[in-house]
Amino acid sequence: MTRTISFTLNGEQVAAEIKPHHNLVEVLQREFNLMGARESCGQGMCGCCTVLVNGAAVSGCLYLAAFVDGAEVRTVESLADARTQALSPVQEAFIEAGAFQCGYCTPGFLLMATQLLEAYPDPDEEQIRHYLSGNLCRCAAYPEIIAAVKLAARRRKANSVG
Amino acid sequence: MATSSGQVGTPKDAKVGGAKVGSQIGRSLPRLEGRDKVTGRAEYTHTMRLPGMLYAKIFRSTVAHGRIKSIDTSAAKRVPGVYRIITAEDIRTVIPAPYYGPAFHDQPILAVDKVHFVGEPVAVALAADPHVAEEAAQLIVAEYEELPAVFDEVEAAANNTLVHEELKPAGTFADLKHLKGRKGTNVALDFKLRRGDVDKAFAAAAHVFEHTFHTQKVLHLALEPFASIADWNERGVTIYSGSQGPSFVRTEIARLLGWPENRVRIKVPYLGGGFGAKLYIKMEALATALSMIVRRPVKVALTMEEQFYTITRHPSTFVIKTGVDASGRITARKCEVYWNGGAYADVGPRVTQKSGFTASGPYDIDNVWVDSYALYTNLPPAGALRGFGIPQLVWAYESHTDMIARALKLDPLEFRRKNLLREGRPQATGQIVRDAKLDAVLERVAERLNWGKPLARGNGALRRGRGIAVAIKAVISPTTSVANLTIAADGSTTLYCGTVDMGQGSDTAMAQIAGEVLDVPAESVRIVPRDTDVTPYDMGTLGSRSLFHMGHAVRLAAEEAREKIKAMAREVGEPEGSNIPLPDLFKKKFGMQAGNIVGTGTYKPDYVPPDPATGLTDKVTPFWMCAASGAEVEVDTETGHVRITRLITAVDCGRPVNPKIVETQISGAVLMQLGFTMFEKMHIDAGQVTNASLADYKIPAILDVPQAMENETVDSHLSTGPFGAKGVGETATFCVSPAIANAIEDACGVRLTALPLTPEAVFRALRAQANKPLADDA
Repeated sequence: MTRTISFTLNGEQVAAEIKPHHNLVEVLQREFNLMGARESCGQGMCGCCTVLVNGAAVSGCLYLAAFVDGAEVRTVESLADARTQALSPVQEAFIEAGAFQCGYCTPGFLLMATQLLEAYPDPDEEQIRHYLSGNLCRCAAYPEIIAAVKLAARRRKANSVG
Repeated sequence: MATSSGQVGTPKDAKVGGAKVGSQIGRSLPRLEGRDKVTGRAEYTHTMRLPGMLYAKIFRSTVAHGRIKSIDTSAAKRVPGVYRIITAEDIRTVIPAPYYGPAFHDQPILAVDKVHFVGEPVAVALAADPHVAEEAAQLIVAEYEELPAVFDEVEAAANNTLVHEELKPAGTFADLKHLKGRKGTNVALDFKLRRGDVDKAFAAAAHVFEHTFHTQKVLHLALEPFASIADWNERGVTIYSGSQGPSFVRTEIARLLGWPENRVRIKVPYLGGGFGAKLYIKMEALATALSMIVRRPVKVALTMEEQFYTITRHPSTFVIKTGVDASGRITARKCEVYWNGGAYADVGPRVTQKSGFTASGPYDIDNVWVDSYALYTNLPPAGALRGFGIPQLVWAYESHTDMIARALKLDPLEFRRKNLLREGRPQATGQIVRDAKLDAVLERVAERLNWGKPLARGNGALRRGRGIAVAIKAVISPTTSVANLTIAADGSTTLYCGTVDMGQGSDTAMAQIAGEVLDVPAESVRIVPRDTDVTPYDMGTLGSRSLFHMGHAVRLAAEEAREKIKAMAREVGEPEGSNIPLPDLFKKKFGMQAGNIVGTGTYKPDYVPPDPATGLTDKVTPFWMCAASGAEVEVDTETGHVRITRLITAVDCGRPVNPKIVETQISGAVLMQLGFTMFEKMHIDAGQVTNASLADYKIPAILDVPQAMENETVDSHLSTGPFGAKGVGETATFCVSPAIANAIEDACGVRLTALPLTPEAVFRALRAQANKPLADDA
């Protein structure tokens, strides 16, 4: 029943023994001790389990681990600099803007915000709201999340100019 | 950046006299745990694992009320990899009386003989692989002899169908003693308040109004579902749990095991939201019993669906009657409130009593009558949810207040101003109101709404209106907090307090309070994670009590440490007012980097229990929480859709310790209550929740945030608070619902008396108003 998959995880080549019914979140947690992607609703409605597979955001609680065989997987743990542990501009902005309370949903918002800024470096508020509308925050830190994304956009722009 | 890294610094410059580093109170310091939360490293119970751990999956009741005839576990036991199937019979071999609860010992760890609601835990499958446990749980079969069930709180009050045969109060609360052993009733608490003579006042009143309001069943829906892991052996038990009240869990597990408290250890990682759900016993007793049976660590981690069967907010029915004299003064108010507590009392009796103190609202009324009933029904249990019942009451009394003003053709703001409870006047319980900025919150919202000025009313099908509401809450009392604080020989500070940071930012606030007293930067104060082996007693992180109660305990602990530092300086011969750095002071005293200074603080406010016959007392609460909200809405009269164009909230939280965190607490509370106001509702059919998932039960998302949401704190200083502060977690929830309903009536003339204010509800009301009711309303 088990099979071995190999994939790139946050820049490193890895392999894991999985069963066909294992989802990506449980494999990341159990095999790699990456706890940033978390199951919450179990239905792909909340975004707490967001993982990037080949650059596209997926709901890790619904995405079968078998599907990442040969793929490139990125989790929230990849956002900070691997060597220096320096936070990314989006992570810094989330802290400064107070864009989370309990923090359970935060990894999903961080990955989506990072992806948003890669696609649209200078988003307006409507773009931010629509891009993040698939992620839920029960603490409702939404106004601060919007402010954090705007702050991160300004920082990225300043960095690229500088 | 040091302030946001979560790193613990060593304040080398900390000195006896205290080099002033600038006030810590009033700093908008980013959360100390920020780095853990943005790197995915913050640990939550739901993702924790212990070596050798088994996973438990719960088999739940499919009937609302019934006698268990049989439980067939044979197919479940045959699933390859299943470790064991557990029923109440097994639980009783390790815990003979397996009942728990904060007010009543009424809730069994697994159903014993009877089930009392759909979704009640009946049996458990254990396996090392959670998928195996889940498959096995699905193969358990139970047969029930169905019994009559009651779901509505008002019907339950008639006692024709009984949920429990006998009441079993926990003995913790004096005012529940008279209910011990009572039979033939669903009433788990009947709180009475009697002030003046309402009957006489109604007879003399120029106008008398009576309305009935309803609230629906809603869910906390923390994104981290309930999870507990228990690791038991003969010497002791360690429980990892996402709990808002580790001290309570410790006491209750010790009672269930017949052990002293020091053999029970509760460790609390970060909580992925709480909102009142993760209080008292939730999964802890089950995990403990399972670990005792199998002698291995056991994890009980629920799914989102299972949260709908665990704890909810009370639905309520509120019959409110008010007498008004010819001048527009309210002379009498009678409140009958029915709280639908579901099958187990949880903290419902507390909600019933504590909210009852202010059921008549933030008004100065000579004659008040309150009857508040906690009722058992055959629904999933209800407990505290960000407001301890107050949002349900405010929904009713502020809708009612608006309806009276409109009926009397009085300006709703003027009517409120005229009757508002003012500083120095007695509240309904008899306590004199001090440091309650009711007038300020109301006036600020009115000003922001441009109340006196005309509003563009819209045209065609789109009609615009505005509404306002104001509220008061008595914080839960009496409760105790204890804090310990140590200073190491290098001058660094460590704080031990049981307040659980579930997202509200309490760690940061407590560090600011300790830092203020000791004149060190808050970010240099280390907060020890909650662990009952080291963090002292705290009643619980609930009811906006922590900043006040624990804040005082932390202040006292830090003050004691400061005095000990001064004493040490005198002892080693330092002159009065010496500025010797702490590392040098310790070295002078101990000859090397050695020793500790330990400060401790305990805080419990004065409280006089209400007179059982009248509910009156002059010391009911250590502080008052005050809020006002205003809304501008646009109603599409062709569809019933309501767009909130402005939502304004002003709160009195005393002096904000951390203004940025206060701001996020206010907006978070407003948005949560916006969900409860506009769309959230647990749909229930014959006791079965039919929308128990995030696919079918919607919570506010980023697109639901009103384009214009304005929040503020009014200038305030609580003279009895730590550095002037009050709690703030709940305050902004109070007024959102009635402000919006009042705005809807202002916009299109229809009055809704039940939540939520869905387009369907508005549309039906519009059709009824136009004398063209929908067929099923006719």
